[in-house]
Amino acid sequence: MTETRTILIDGIPVEVDPAMTLIQACEQAGVEIPRFCYHERLSIAGNCRMCLVEVVGGPPKPAASCAMQVRDLRPGKDGAPPQVRTNTPMVKKAREGVMEFLLINHPLDCPICDQGGECDLQDQAMAYGVDFSRYREPKRAVADPDLGPLVGTHMTRCISCTRCVRFITEVAGAPELGQTGRGEDAEVTNYLGQTLGSNLQGNIVDLCPVGALTSKPYAFTARPWELTKTETIDVMDAMGANIRVDTKGREVMRILPRNHDGVNEEWISDKSRYVWDGLRRQRLDRPYLRRDGRLQPVGWAEALEAAAAALAAGPVAGLAGDLAPVEAIYSLKRLLDGLPEARTECRTDGAALPAGNRSGYVGTAAIAEIDRAERILLIGTNPRDEMPVLNARIRKAWLSGASVSLIGRAADLTYDYSHLGTDRAALARLLAEGAEGAHDRPSLVILGQGALRGADGAAVLAAAQRIAEESESGFLVLHTAAGRVGAMDVGFTHEGGLDAALAGAATVFALGVDEIDIPAGPKVIYQGSHGDRGAHRADIILPAAAWVEEPGLFVNTEGRPQLALRTAFPPGEARENWAILRALSGQMGAALPWDDLAGLRRALVAAHPHLAELDAVPANEWHAEPDGALGTGPFAAAVTDFYLTNPIARASPLMAEMSARASGSMDVAAE
Amino acid sequence: MKLFVPRDAAARALGADAVAAAVGAEAARRGIAIDLVRNGSRGMFWLEPLLEVETAAGRIGFGPVSAADVPTLFDAEFGDHPRAVGPVADIPFFARQTRLTFARCGVIDPLDLAAFEAHGGLAGLRRALEMTPHEIVAEVTESGLRGRGGAGFPTGIKWDTVLKAQADRKYIVCNADEGDSGTFADRMLMEGDPFTLIEGMAIAGLATGATKGFVYVRSEYPDAIAVLDQALGIARAAGLIGPDVLGSGRAFELELRVGAGAYVCGEETSLLNSLEGKRGVVRAKPPLPAHEGAFGQPTVVNNVISLASVPVILAKGATFYRDFGQGRSRGTIPIQIAGNVRHGGLFETAFGMPLGAIVNDIGGGTATGRPVKAVQVGGPLGAWMPVAAFDTPFGYEEFDGAGGLIGHAGIVVVDDTADMRALARFAMEFCAIESCGKCTPCRIGAVRGAETIDRIGHDPGAEALLRDLCETMRDGSLCALGGFTPYPVLSALDHFPQDFGTKTEAAA
Repeated sequence: MTETRTILIDGIPVEVDPAMTLIQACEQAGVEIPRFCYHERLSIAGNCRMCLVEVVGGPPKPAASCAMQVRDLRPGKDGAPPQVRTNTPMVKKAREGVMEFLLINHPLDCPICDQGGECDLQDQAMAYGVDFSRYREPKRAVADPDLGPLVGTHMTRCISCTRCVRFITEVAGAPELGQTGRGEDAEVTNYLGQTLGSNLQGNIVDLCPVGALTSKPYAFTARPWELTKTETIDVMDAMGANIRVDTKGREVMRILPRNHDGVNEEWISDKSRYVWDGLRRQRLDRPYLRRDGRLQPVGWAEALEAAAAALAAGPVAGLAGDLAPVEAIYSLKRLLDGLPEARTECRTDGAALPAGNRSGYVGTAAIAEIDRAERILLIGTNPRDEMPVLNARIRKAWLSGASVSLIGRAADLTYDYSHLGTDRAALARLLAEGAEGAHDRPSLVILGQGALRGADGAAVLAAAQRIAEESESGFLVLHTAAGRVGAMDVGFTHEGGLDAALAGAATVFALGVDEIDIPAGPKVIYQGSHGDRGAHRADIILPAAAWVEEPGLFVNTEGRPQLALRTAFPPGEARENWAILRALSGQMGAALPWDDLAGLRRALVAAHPHLAELDAVPANEWHAEPDGALGTGPFAAAVTDFYLTNPIARASPLMAEMSARASGSMDVAAE
Repeated sequence: MKLFVPRDAAARALGADAVAAAVGAEAARRGIAIDLVRNGSRGMFWLEPLLEVETAAGRIGFGPVSAADVPTLFDAEFGDHPRAVGPVADIPFFARQTRLTFARCGVIDPLDLAAFEAHGGLAGLRRALEMTPHEIVAEVTESGLRGRGGAGFPTGIKWDTVLKAQADRKYIVCNADEGDSGTFADRMLMEGDPFTLIEGMAIAGLATGATKGFVYVRSEYPDAIAVLDQALGIARAAGLIGPDVLGSGRAFELELRVGAGAYVCGEETSLLNSLEGKRGVVRAKPPLPAHEGAFGQPTVVNNVISLASVPVILAKGATFYRDFGQGRSRGTIPIQIAGNVRHGGLFETAFGMPLGAIVNDIGGGTATGRPVKAVQVGGPLGAWMPVAAFDTPFGYEEFDGAGGLIGHAGIVVVDDTADMRALARFAMEFCAIESCGKCTPCRIGAVRGAETIDRIGHDPGAEALLRDLCETMRDGSLCALGGFTPYPVLSALDHFPQDFGTKTEAAA
């Protein structure tokens, strides 16, 4: 809507879209309206009645500003702009009345409530309430349902705003919460006592305006005012969700989403939110050398000496893992480039991402384009497991009318789709028939890593590109590894892929490579943060920071470079990744030409200027990959266990429990 | 000999089935051929079961009749008998009415489509079929018909909104969730003349472009459900509804849906949720049902009486209808007189009759013979009107000006023994039980309101607190359930403070 309308809010004229609600218009005018149930990413419920305002010339009673649109306002006399008032005695009294009601049943147990200090009810009671209650009768109490290990419940505190019900139903697409009972007996509860299964459930903790839903793992561990808050980027999948990491001392206490309309809106998956207990376990906190078949702790000097010697011993294969920041990958590449015989490879999962063709390994579409898409074709992907927040966006598009098709394994994606088949034959069929003409309407092809992992990965990519081209669709390659696009961007690839890179290698330098088994034979230098698969295979272990413990650049699945910041320090003797590689280069007598991270980044962006454009999604010139012969059989799943996709998650007891619950073997996980 | 024994639930509750059976048995025993018609109720409940006999001089009534009276009625050859009440149409309660909407109710067999037509039925629909949708809407707008469910919103304007809405599908929803205490007009009409409702809904469909209608009936009305169900079958078979309404080539299908027993589902948005199979909670408006109603489509939600008043408007013209009434309240209103009253029943009359006349002249005062203390108009959430307000003419604005509302036009009378404090508390308890629990003021206010009423008299701050609580409920509630609960409470407190034992009154 382009036509705007002028209204007066507390006498301030504002130009607003008539489709806006009064609460949004007030926000635009800089006038704060208290609210509990209203949330701009959820449907309007209109039930808390806190956002009452006075509409001048309207009915002689306050109106709920969340449920009234600007276009419903009547103009004043002589065509004067309509007036909304938020500071009149009528509004003040109405808000005080509602606030007093809300506090009648609320237990006011703030001293023992985790929400204390960041509670909407506390804040608004301070701002809009009175300091005493005239009601002395007993308060209502409600039994607490068990929602599982992530979300704690204290339903006596619930003010029935139903944000959690609306989120789980509308955004997560898993209607596992609801309101039962009437009147005062109305309560928010789970369905037949079942725990929540959605992998976006943690968001209801953020949405809860009171302390009814709290984070179970974080329970009673910190107060918000004791926490150091650092705004950074998530690496649990390739979305690059914007997050805030809260630390107390050197411990990460919790992870919360930040708003980014283009990326994660304001949601994060449960893995992103709750993985932090994995940062405390299985950590590599000192260098190790394998002697007599056993890993033995050594000092840094000895470890670097051994590593330098191994690198000098013969052909070297440098591999970059899923969580590696661009700076470390670039450093490793520069270091290995100086050796007589060295190859680099980041496509450890075997996906046929085309080196140098960004339109092929990233695509052309931004995540936000999903919102506008009317047709979405998913090829070889299960976005609900691979990128839950992006899946919620597809669901949002579907809710507003988009049609979704899938070639790949059938799964509950929280929306209806037309299942065109599970295998390559379906792709070939679509290619032969031509994708349904969507030329006049925005459409998207989303290609998963599962589709690219077969021997015919390049042909699948070419086919998907052809379909996108012919249907004039945007193209989005859905990555699962946070570090992959960055590694592709700095050219960390080798002709022939992983097998060719490893062939004949005397030494493998594995930078956080934990998702594959490095074959027996070569000597392995493992640089990483956790004692996971890579460390077990290693001959030399260089302990490094995990992603929250160092600054680092990550390029997300749509090709958006974003900067992660250090929120804590690496444990023990572990060091930042780039610093280890810089030290190693010195040890080898070929010091990399920088002495600090800033210098490294200067060199990086000089070589790859687009990485300097933080938070921008560069347009990628379209290059269709050459056609190839499609194989047969279904597409592989890129993610087989959502909760255990990386070494940090695998170190987390909580993720292990969630994984066991999801697979139905809960008894085993419960120890 | 043609005899009439009502099949209306009120008559049946008073023994009409036994009377009908006795009439049949007695006639058989005596070898007299009779034609026994089970008609609807005339709405004079103190005479139910009202047995009528068709004579050359019109229909002669006997009531209240019990099965034991039947042989004596035959003995008297339906002439001089202690139960005789003379020609039914001449009974003052009936003679003083203006029966437009209820013209056929109690007169015909509710399931006799031929009788329905013979008594003027289908004339409105036939005329509507010759009109454009805009003309029908204009006619209804012109008639001044306003929502009889209680809010009094102009029906024509609502229809116009739906007519103008662009959508593939539109719906007509009849709100027959008549939950207000002391009201029974919807039930009487559905049981006594269901074709009128069907006709009205078909006209609404033609006027707005809706091809599907739903009648949402409360489960507590099994008789109405049964009659409507049969009536729909008959109407469908006769082509009155279906793919080709009366051969016009225009479609209108009707479906019956039964509620699950929640008062709040009489609120239109809760009703729509319930109709869709969802939890019956109120939706925030906007969107108005006229824009996004049943299943997200533009929907007319009208009360039974509103829809049943449409056929007569179409048949006799807007001017005919709007000439009844006064002020902005046009046409007739079926007033339901109940409670402690001598002559309880349904009294359809033009707007404007003073409340006192309805209670005393028509209703005949209290059944106990004691003085009237107050009357509650408009259901359990209507204001208590004291005798001092008895000169208030029956009309939307007039009652609003007197601090009350006419609601669905149910009147409950109490005598001077009534404890107004208990009745005020009942209003809060009612709201506490029936609140859907969605919005804060209604969910919490009703429970605490009842407790606060208990505190009045021994807690000096309680009355002020109750008034503040009522203000929050009235101003803050999402729908009329919480918004109107303060009416009976505050009107009782204002007009009968002595019942609350407040200190101010003790001093006064």
